[in-house]
Amino acid sequence: MTALLQVNELKKYFPVRGGLLRRVVAQVKAVDGVSFTLGAGRTLGLVGESGCGKSTLGRTILQLQKPSGGQIILEGEDLTAASPERLLEMRREMQIIFQDPFASLSPRRTVAQTIREPLDVHRIGRPAERGRRVEELLQVVGMRPGVMDRYPHEFSGGQRQRIGIARALALNPKLIVADEPVSALDVSVRAQVLNLIARLQREHGIAFLFISHDLSVVEHVSDHVGVMYLGRLVEMAPAKEIYRDPRHPYTQALLSAVPVPDPQRKSQRMVLTGDVPSPMNPPPGCPFHKRCPKVMDLCSQVMPPVIDVGSADKPHRVACHLYS
Amino acid sequence: MSGEPLLRVTDLVVEFSTEQGVVRAVDRVSFEVRPNETLGIVGESGCGKTVTGLAIMGLIPSPPGRIAAGSITFQGRELAGLPESEMRAIRGRDIAMVFQEPMTALNPVFTVGNQMIDVLRRYRGLTRRQARPAAIELLAKVGIPAADQRIDEYPHQLSGGMRQRVVIAMALSCDPKLIVADEPTTALDVTTQAQVLEQIVKLQQEFQMAMILVTHDLGVVAETCHRAIVMYCGRIAEKAEIEPLFAHPRHPYTVGLLGSIPRVGEGEKQDLAVIPGIVPDLLHLPPGCRFADRCSSRQARCDEALPELDGGEDSRSRVACYFPY
Repeated sequence: MTALLQVNELKKYFPVRGGLLRRVVAQVKAVDGVSFTLGAGRTLGLVGESGCGKSTLGRTILQLQKPSGGQIILEGEDLTAASPERLLEMRREMQIIFQDPFASLSPRRTVAQTIREPLDVHRIGRPAERGRRVEELLQVVGMRPGVMDRYPHEFSGGQRQRIGIARALALNPKLIVADEPVSALDVSVRAQVLNLIARLQREHGIAFLFISHDLSVVEHVSDHVGVMYLGRLVEMAPAKEIYRDPRHPYTQALLSAVPVPDPQRKSQRMVLTGDVPSPMNPPPGCPFHKRCPKVMDLCSQVMPPVIDVGSADKPHRVACHLYS
Repeated sequence: MSGEPLLRVTDLVVEFSTEQGVVRAVDRVSFEVRPNETLGIVGESGCGKTVTGLAIMGLIPSPPGRIAAGSITFQGRELAGLPESEMRAIRGRDIAMVFQEPMTALNPVFTVGNQMIDVLRRYRGLTRRQARPAAIELLAKVGIPAADQRIDEYPHQLSGGMRQRVVIAMALSCDPKLIVADEPTTALDVTTQAQVLEQIVKLQQEFQMAMILVTHDLGVVAETCHRAIVMYCGRIAEKAEIEPLFAHPRHPYTVGLLGSIPRVGEGEKQDLAVIPGIVPDLLHLPPGCRFADRCSSRQARCDEALPELDGGEDSRSRVACYFPY
């Protein structure tokens, strides 16, 4: 697998200012030392609960926020070291789909203007060609070209999300970060959009970083799944493996908490106690130890290293003292 | 689960006037809730599930909304059309409500304790001095650790799960016989949702309450409800006990909904079953079945008249479809 994207020890800290002089009094470690690789045309699903840093990670990879440390290597080139001009060029290769289809489209632009914008910004093709490309993109996402001159408010949530996807596809990117792309949609519409994303990946060979809090959705679209907790990747494995044999106690709890639409199988819940600690003041040692049902003395003192408990063809990385 | 129903809703119609015309958000909906039972109301946005809950509470904003027809009887007493002053005596005391977004249900400028003590004084007639320990006890019951300290905190100091617990504690404070919970866990993370749902089920048994759980999540229904109604475009598509509903869904819409949910641990990646198309506009409804446009079992008859629920009151599974599964 040739790596399209390689992320090394990525960190993103947000300063917290306080006091009379607005000095930095603390750091929120939203992303704290995350490393992974993503192959061309593959999908990495990132799951975790609110505040775990999954969206920050996605935005930092796209350089929408400057990282506090670490490297982001896209096709062999380090984005964190690139000049602004070079970065703009490289942005063609990576696009984003946002969660809220009501907030991510400008209400004052027609569908055609919205989808065309990336082509205009990057001066791709002649104006007439751009128009044709917009038509083509609308067909790819399953909409009639006749809607080109309509405005976002005339569409339902699912259709708007399709428009957002068409915009992300306009530049033929190699990587799309999809940040909760179906969370705002109803179940029946959600399935339509998920199938569309799966098809795009198959037919266009686009790699996806698919961010979601919904474990069942992530399993459905991903080749690999990473589980985040308090800014760190606590477990990462091929999608099948992580659902079949979750190793980290947090992953186990997360999986058992999903309500199953089957009354025969009322889940044997592993209900966690307490809440996610503040990322401003994470506990020492393993960030999960205060809620972990399998906590040991060591957990409150030493941060568990990431180790591979899988095999050569199925790497299964987990950061937990149970396996070290 | 037998006995006289606690709540009986018969042919309820709720309408809203808009600039484009009158929207019928709930159209001749009937169901009953028995004591100690949890009834789920499921459906997608705009199906009328929330409006049904609000109608029971007498909380339909009027204007533009109104209960246009039908009756809602609670312990034999008619609630539809009851003057606000009498409704206030029932709301909170006999029927309580839990909303989706706990931050908007709580007042940000008062401490949790202040808000709870208000409720206890107003509805249970306690003095300020008696109300405080009662409030602490309730907070402890809903699983808030260190309740005697948390009571003096403001809503913004609590996490989402804790806030929703406070709202539940307030709903419980008058020993209601019925709780209407509208998407009580939708704003919460899965692990927190699991905690809160577990707590709700436990409290329901302890307090001997009936509950109406309004949700879009069929998983939540499967885990917490005894019976459920599936709504589509203001109508009941299917009304059944939980076991038959999930084992043998009969309405094509229910079948489609269940098929379009990706399930954890299902293994092989394949395309999800899809319900094609979108929900029709409530202002321009077809004369026949409202699901017909998206339905694979559609036949000529479906476009002629609205199907009504089949079977009698006692059947375990009733469906409003001419060609059910």
